[in-house]
Amino acid sequence: MWDKLRDNIKFIQLGDGLILLISLGLVVSLTAHYWLAPAGEKIIIKRGGELFLTASLMHPFTVAIPGPLGLTQVEVYHQRARVVSDPSPRQLCVHQGWISRAGEVAICLPNQVSIEIAGTTRHYDSLNY
Amino acid sequence: MTALTIRPTTEDHRIAYMAALAIALMLMEAALPTPIPGVKPGLANIVTLLVLAQYGLRAAVWVTMLRVLAGSILLGSFLTPGFILSLSGAFASLAVLSIAQYLPKPYFGMVSLSLLAAFAHIGAQLTVVGLWLMPGVNVLYLSPAFALAAWIFGLSNGLIAAHLTKGSLDANSTT
Repeated sequence: MWDKLRDNIKFIQLGDGLILLISLGLVVSLTAHYWLAPAGEKIIIKRGGELFLTASLMHPFTVAIPGPLGLTQVEVYHQRARVVSDPSPRQLCVHQGWISRAGEVAICLPNQVSIEIAGTTRHYDSLNY
Repeated sequence: MTALTIRPTTEDHRIAYMAALAIALMLMEAALPTPIPGVKPGLANIVTLLVLAQYGLRAAVWVTMLRVLAGSILLGSFLTPGFILSLSGAFASLAVLSIAQYLPKPYFGMVSLSLLAAFAHIGAQLTVVGLWLMPGVNVLYLSPAFALAAWIFGLSNGLIAAHLTKGSLDANSTT
C-alpha cells in the first residue's frame, strides 16, 4: 500500500503541490465563509431597496410586506427566516426555504422585497437590547 | 458518375477513437449514483488531458466537444440544462487548459492541469446556475461541496492521467 502511495506521490511535482495547496486553501476558505459563518442575529427586510423592517430572529413573528405585485409573507421561527408566500411568478425566494446564517439573502425580485440575515453588529445591538 | 468519398485522415481516426473512449467513460459514470446531483468524477476529462498532452489543444477541443455533444444525445440530455452545464464546464476547462499547458513542464504536471480544469469546470457551472438557471438563489452556498469534489477528483484524475502518460511514454521509448 505504501508503495502505491509513493508511486502516486512521485507524479506530484513541485508546482502540482503548490496548486494542490492553493486550491485546498480555496476549498477551506469557501467552507469557512459559507458553512461556518456564525448564525444570524437579525433579519433585515427591504422593499424597493429601502429598509422596511429590522428585527431580531429570537422571537417568532410573521409579517406581510406590500410590494407592487401584492403581499410578500415573511416568517421568522426558531432563529430562521423564510418567505412563506410571494406573488412573483417563479417563486424563487419561496423555494429557497429557510435562511439562518449571517449574510444569507432571499430576494423576491418581481415584488421588490428582500430579506437578509445579519450577524452581530455591536453598536446596533447595544441600542436594541 | 463521380463518387463522392470523404477520406478521413489519421488525425480524424485518432479524434474519433479518443472521443469514443471519452463517451464510454461518460456513459459509465452516468450510471453511478451520486450523493449530490452534479458531483461526479468526470473520468472523461482524463481523455481530454491525455489528448492535450499527446496531440495538442486542437485535438483536445475536438474530442471534448464531440464527447459533450454525442454523450448528451446518448443520455437524452441534449439541449437540456444539464447539457448546457456540461458544455459550459467543458468550454471553461478547455480555456484554462489552453493557457495552463504552457506552465513550465518539469514543475507542473498532469495533476496541475487536472486540478485547474476541474476548478474551471465547477466555476463555470456555478456561474451558469447562478446567473441563468436559478437566478436569485445563493448558489455559492453550495460551492464548498463542489470545490471539495473538484479538488478530490481533480487530484485523482490527474494522477490517473499521469500514470497513463508515463506508461505510453515508456512504451514509446522502449519500442
